[in-house]
Formats: sequence, structure tokens, C-alpha cells
Amino acid sequence: MTPVPALEAVDVTRSYRLEGVTVEALRGVSLTVHPGDYAAVVGPSGSGKSTLMHLLGGLDRPTTGTLRVGGRDVRAMDEDELAALRNRTIGFVFQAFQLLARTSAVDNVGMPLVYRGVKRAERRRRAVAALERVGMGHRLDHRPNELSGGEQQRVAIARALVGEPQLLLADEPTGNLDTRNGAEVMALLEDLNAQGVAVVLVTHDLEIAQRARRQVHVRDGLIERVT
Amino acid sequence: MRVAEAFRVAVTALRANRLRSLLTMLGVIIGVSAVVVLVAIGTGAKREVEAQVNGLGANLVILVPGQLEFGAAPTRSRLELADADRVGRAIGQPGGVAVTLASGETVRAGGNSAFATVNGTNAAVPRIFNRPVARGTYLRESDVDTRRRVAVIGPELAAQLYEGADPVGRTLAVGGVRFRVVGVFAPLGGAFGASRDAEVHIPVTAAQRLFGDPRVDALAVKAPTTEQIDEVGDRALAVLQERYPDEEFSAVTQDQILGTVGRILGLLTTVLAAIAAISLLVGGVGVSNIMLVSVRERTREIGLRKAVGARTGDITVQFLIEAVVLTTIGGVLGILLGVGGALGLAAAVEQLPAVITWWSPALAFGVSAAVGVFFGVVPARRAGRLDPVVALRAE
Repeated sequence: MTPVPALEAVDVTRSYRLEGVTVEALRGVSLTVHPGDYAAVVGPSGSGKSTLMHLLGGLDRPTTGTLRVGGRDVRAMDEDELAALRNRTIGFVFQAFQLLARTSAVDNVGMPLVYRGVKRAERRRRAVAALERVGMGHRLDHRPNELSGGEQQRVAIARALVGEPQLLLADEPTGNLDTRNGAEVMALLEDLNAQGVAVVLVTHDLEIAQRARRQVHVRDGLIERVT
Repeated sequence: MRVAEAFRVAVTALRANRLRSLLTMLGVIIGVSAVVVLVAIGTGAKREVEAQVNGLGANLVILVPGQLEFGAAPTRSRLELADADRVGRAIGQPGGVAVTLASGETVRAGGNSAFATVNGTNAAVPRIFNRPVARGTYLRESDVDTRRRVAVIGPELAAQLYEGADPVGRTLAVGGVRFRVVGVFAPLGGAFGASRDAEVHIPVTAAQRLFGDPRVDALAVKAPTTEQIDEVGDRALAVLQERYPDEEFSAVTQDQILGTVGRILGLLTTVLAAIAAISLLVGGVGVSNIMLVSVRERTREIGLRKAVGARTGDITVQFLIEAVVLTTIGGVLGILLGVGGALGLAAAVEQLPAVITWWSPALAFGVSAAVGVFFGVVPARRAGRLDPVVALRAE
């Protein structure tokens, strides 16, 4: 018996209307990500990889086609169900870290749990555990402006992990980091992947993409090839 | 749980922009404090008038010619002194009917002069009205019968005319006629410039000659009990109606006076409070405006929160709570300022009483919270509906 895929996209399209013109960002994409998988989505800017990542992350819904996350059809979900999906099943890592200013690392990490109704003390306990997992246990009460870029991205990864997701979606996670910090963040993501979390990396950096088990090349809204 | 967290986020956000938060609150602070101050003064005025009317004496019935209504032209009296005896016999209180014939006159004593209400009355006054005499005596029946030129004066007038010397036994002149002071009233106080401590009471017969007027303005009687007020009034009216068949008379009770004064002051208070409430409304618009700015500034935060699982409702509630926290803090500050202002004003201006009722701060607090909800809804809904994909890209 094959396990339920973490992600399953079948012939997914996504089009927008921009000032009266219909833009087809994705023109029929099929992709399966299994639990524990490690894939990279690569392509030049404007290829549709960001749109794909938004769809995979439940931030957006496909125009046509079927997208199942954790076995459930995203198109059939309402806004609140999508929010719950983002909260429980998926962890996001952004290029620009997206940490809340004036908020300590531990509160940043615990924030997703607020929307699950987890009590404050328990939030802190889990946030501390997540920060320790990414090697930031010594920086609990530091604010983002007191941390280096690499440290901020670690905090952001801890935030993505705190909800015990099946899948980490990382959008150019090293884009704002120098080589050394970038390598450390990649090592951390791979370490987490080794612990069983599926990782999907979105990048235009082929060198980084090569580290994944699979490379999904996207161009002009279509999957060009998978290597 | 989530609400508690939303409060924490709201307070953090407001503290991040202290000056802006304070300026935004200012509209609410001013509106709320104005409402509290004006209601306090209105209530104080009403209490003061009530105290004065009730302080006149118990179970009074005042008989006046014509229909007594505010706004109606006063009717020229045809009442005479003899009518007081007729009414007294009819209600079983011979000698128990007070009369008044009043006029504003300049009163002189030595080198001093003052303007005072000179009131021609009779010896029944102390039995009917609460008018204690501090020194000397009140007018006697024989003073009225013999048209004796004696006077009882209020303490304020006494101080003005005699500068601290004991007035009893001294003389004063009204319209060139000399009167001997036989008594000084105990102070009653007064509000809004209508001091009853500057009155002069003289025998009504002397007043009639002095003013060249053979009539009296009004009669006053006292019912033995509260239940008998209407009965006494009706009997007195019947006597007057019989004697003057082609005239109308009114029996005015304290309840009627209080009712009318209460309505007027109530209306005045409402109008003033409504004007003050407009500034609260303007304050609310300011809150709405600043919340829209805040939503715009924190678009990325909103996008992030949605990306990690905040629902539309979570974001809406968070911004709504932020608006309500803003206006209720403003409301509390406004209440403190208003209560302090009202008490300070009452202390500084002698004739401006202010009474803080429990309901006006409570209402002001409730209204300011409601203003937060009302003016927070639009920005909060805008925040909640932001598309996370777009919001995350915002600068």
C-alpha cells in the first residue's frame, strides 16, 4: 500500500486577471510529493514557481485541476479550513524571514500556536523546544534586530517547525544570506528532512537545487522536466 | 485565549506608536470628558434647584392669578390682602395664609446702597416657609395691622449695608422711606446668582403704600400633610373663584415647579451632552483613520499571520480589539479628566454645583467602547480580508 502523498497536484492551472488581461501563471502542472521527500522547484523569475509554491502552501487555490494536501482537496476547502491547513500541515520559510519586529524569538516561534488555541505556557514550552532543535536555544528572548540574518532564518525555521508539519515549504531560504549562513541553513533543512519532514525548496539557484533528491524545472507555467 | 493574545498584540502595537496612539485617543478623551463635565454640571444644577424648592418648606400651595405656565405672560393680580383671610377661614387655618407683594428696589443704609428684592409679607411666613431668623425677630401681626415700618433682611444684604455691624435696631431706606431692622435671616445660600440672602421683608401693608399698589401678588398656604395638598389647593381656589368669577387662578405645588424645572434642565443637559457627544464621534473618525493606517503599515504582519494559520476572523478580531483598546483607554482617561474637571470647576466657581452620578462615567465608558467597535469594524474587516499572498509581498 502506497502512503497518502503529502502533496498531490494533478493538471493544476492558475490564472489571474490583471487590468482586464488574463495571465496564466500555471498552465497545467502535475506533481507529487511524498512524506519525507526532498524536492527543489527551480526556474527563472516569472516562470510560475512562486505561484506554485503559494498553491502548494494553501495560500491560494488553483483555477482548475486538483490539488490535494495531506489527502484533502484544497479546492473544496473554505477560507478557515485553508487557514487550519496552513497552521497544521505546512510550515513556511520565507526569503525575507518575515519575523515580527519588537517580538522575541520565542514569541515569534510560538505565534502559529496562538491560532490553534494553545495556552501561553505550553506555547512557550514548544517554542523553546523548536528553537533548541534549530540550535537557537541560547537566543530565546532576543528580538529579530538583535540577531544575524542566519540566526533570523533559523528562528523562522523554528516557527515553521513548531506546529509539527508534514511539509516544509522554503521559498529562496538562502536568498538573503551570505554563503556561510546559507550553507548552515541548508544543512539545517536537510537535517530536518532526515528526521522525516518533507521539504520543498523553491529557488532559482541551481547549485542549491542540486542538493535536493529531485529537481522540478518550471518554465512559462509548465513543468519542463524533472531530474 | 485568543482574545487575551489579541489584547497583548494590541497593547504592544499601541505602545510601539505611543505618540500616535495618544493623539488618536485625544478625540475620545475630549469627547468623554466633555460629556462627563456637562452631565455633572447639569445634574448639579438640577439637585440645587430641587434642594432650593424643597427647602422652601413642606407641602406648600402657592395661589397665583392666571394660568401658571412657563412662557405664558404673567397675569396682573387682582388679589387683595383680605383674600388671605377668606382663604384662611375656608381651609381652617385663619392667620395661616402668607401673602407677597415684591418689587426690586435700591436699599440704602448710611453711605451704602444695594439692589434688593423688597417683599411685602405678613406674619404667617415663618409658619409656611422655611425661613429661620438668625438675629432679632420676624414681622409680627401687629406690624402688618399698623403698617409699621420695620424690616427683616437677609445676611448678604446685612453684610453689604452694615459691613459687619449688628443691623438689628439700625435703619435702612427703601425709596426714601426709612425702616427699622428688627431681624436678620439665617443664610440659605443660593445658586446661579439668585440669592435669597439679599431679600428684605417688610409688612405687606407698608409695601402696598410704598409701591402704591393696593393688591398682593400671590398667596401661599401649607397643607397639614402631603396627601392633603390637592384638597387644600382646591378649596383655596374655590374661594378665589367665587370672589373673582371672571378670573382664573392656579394652585402651584412644589412638585409642579420641580417637574417643570426638571424638564427644562433635563433638556438642557441632554442638548449639551449631545453636543459633547459629537466630539466623541469626531474622535471615533480619527480612530477609524489611524486604524486604516495601521492596517496598511502592518500588511506584511497580517500576511504572515494568515500564512501561519490565522483565520480571517482572528485578524478581524485582533484589529477590532486594538481599536476598542484605543478608545476605552481614551474613555478612561476622559472620565478621569472629566470627573477631575467637574470637581475642580465646582470647587473654583462657587455658584456652579457639579454632581458626579455613577451612570455618566459608566455610560461614557460604554459609549467609548462602542465607538471603538463601530469605527474599528471597517479597518478590521479590511485587515481580515487581505490576501496573504499579496500581503506578504507588501513593503
